[in-house]
Amino acid sequence: MSIELKDVEHLAGLARIAVSDSEKEVLRKDLEDILEYVSQVKEVAAEMGAPKEGELRNVMREDEGAHEGGVFTEDILNQAPAREGNRLSVKKIL
Amino acid sequence: MDIKNLTIKEAHEMLISKKMSVLELAEAVLKIAEDTKDLNAYLEIFDDVRAQAEVAQKMIDEGRATMMTGIPVAMKDNILIKGRIVSASSKMLENYRATYDAGVTKKLREAGAIFVGRTNMDEFAMGGSTETSAFGVTKNPHDITRVPGGSSGGSAAALAANACLGALGTDTGGSIRQPASFCGVVGLKPTYGSVSRSGLMAMASSLDQAGPFAKTVEDTEIIFDCIKGHDPMDSTSYPDELVNQKEFKKPKVIGVPVDFVRAKGVDPRVLKNFEESLEAMKKAGYEVKEISLPTLAHGLSVYYILMPAEVSSNLARLDGVRYGYHADGANLLEDYMKSRGEGFGREVRRRILLGTYVLSSGYYDAYYGRARAVQEMLKRDLAEAFKEVDIIATPTAPTPAFKIGEKSSDPLSMYLADIFTVPVNIAGVPAISIPCGFVEEDGSKLPLGMQFIAPHFAESSLFAAGKDFEETQK
Repeated sequence: MSIELKDVEHLAGLARIAVSDSEKEVLRKDLEDILEYVSQVKEVAAEMGAPKEGELRNVMREDEGAHEGGVFTEDILNQAPAREGNRLSVKKIL
Repeated sequence: MDIKNLTIKEAHEMLISKKMSVLELAEAVLKIAEDTKDLNAYLEIFDDVRAQAEVAQKMIDEGRATMMTGIPVAMKDNILIKGRIVSASSKMLENYRATYDAGVTKKLREAGAIFVGRTNMDEFAMGGSTETSAFGVTKNPHDITRVPGGSSGGSAAALAANACLGALGTDTGGSIRQPASFCGVVGLKPTYGSVSRSGLMAMASSLDQAGPFAKTVEDTEIIFDCIKGHDPMDSTSYPDELVNQKEFKKPKVIGVPVDFVRAKGVDPRVLKNFEESLEAMKKAGYEVKEISLPTLAHGLSVYYILMPAEVSSNLARLDGVRYGYHADGANLLEDYMKSRGEGFGREVRRRILLGTYVLSSGYYDAYYGRARAVQEMLKRDLAEAFKEVDIIATPTAPTPAFKIGEKSSDPLSMYLADIFTVPVNIAGVPAISIPCGFVEEDGSKLPLGMQFIAPHFAESSLFAAGKDFEETQK
């Protein structure tokens, strides 16, 4: 399992995490070691004839009994780094 | 007042018979918390403890007391208490205030428990030592040069130092049991779905579970009885009928997965202590049976695929826009990159990248898909084993508490400290860690833990065997 610096950069981009140049090599090595260790699941699954999928499923419910609008607005918006009235404020994207 | 060996049960009796007031108890706890501040077990001691004590005293005086009324408890810093800062020991949420109560908070509050403060932890519960906390490591009360374990290390250390009578933690891969073992207290990871996850900061949602720390098995049961139960706010919490349906059967047969327990990397002193503990259980009337569970050894690999996958999805919500740390960049994309790059510590960044990798197109089947398949095998094998034995025993951790800094630069060796606890979360079954003696090192007595694992919803078997085990340790 070989991980290259450009893989680290690609993953960091996908995950929206800025990574310094000095940290990239450390992360590359860590990811390589960890992936090598966890890769044993591939052989184990094949050897022991594991089922293809598990039983996890989504649990859904009706959207009912909703609270009155606006009762949590202040509490929640007070935690936002920047707001304009009852909206979150972000930089222009277009 | 000396509260050093005071249990919740004893404190309850003293409060009910008016031999002690809630305020006296709270003051005694606060004094210890202040005197042991250097441990860095608490990130914050709440300023309203005395006011909470008054409310609890009123409940007692009016005859509305429960077992938890007036009992001072510590809360891990990833459990929401409305209006209080809850930071997950991360710079990302350093100033974040909870907008609602967690399910477990609500239950403790209604029962009249007193929240002493919030305890230090590994950042977003990612780690086994509290060393990844953005606010400094917690020291082990048994030897301050060593870690208390983690991620719920602050809760375990606060209890071991007598700075509370009980505590809550969360356990995704051993984060309650391993620190309980390192600090010489009891820790329970309940059945997945038996305690509400509402208001716990999600790390790996399919594995996360809240649970108690206490000085005795009986106290652990008292807290568990208070916090368990169905919560409509958690879609994976089980209906009460299911949680309580299990008919109690006193456990008699203890299974020991010998190949797994004797894996390389396990401290010979831990193994010796484990054999002695099993002998003690035999004398107490239990049958000890060797079993073979080869899939347990793959639990850790499964865990380090499933957990980071869920971490990378769950932590996507922390974007520097809705709440939490914000760093300004030239445009919105840079805002995201900088906020997340600066707000998250190194271990969190590492796990998010790992999760992003195993979920990325082309690798999903090879990693996540395979890990899910092995997870099913592990569950199946465990279910088979429980047809022959009532509970399974392993050491809780392969070593006693390690030195601060010893493993912090080698993530894989840190992960291996979870080898015995992780398979329990993978299978969703309950397990308890109970103190089982000490090893001496550099003049310190370092606690060890015994782990008992039971089938889904059979916490009562853990408590029954656990109480018998405690008797053998006296």
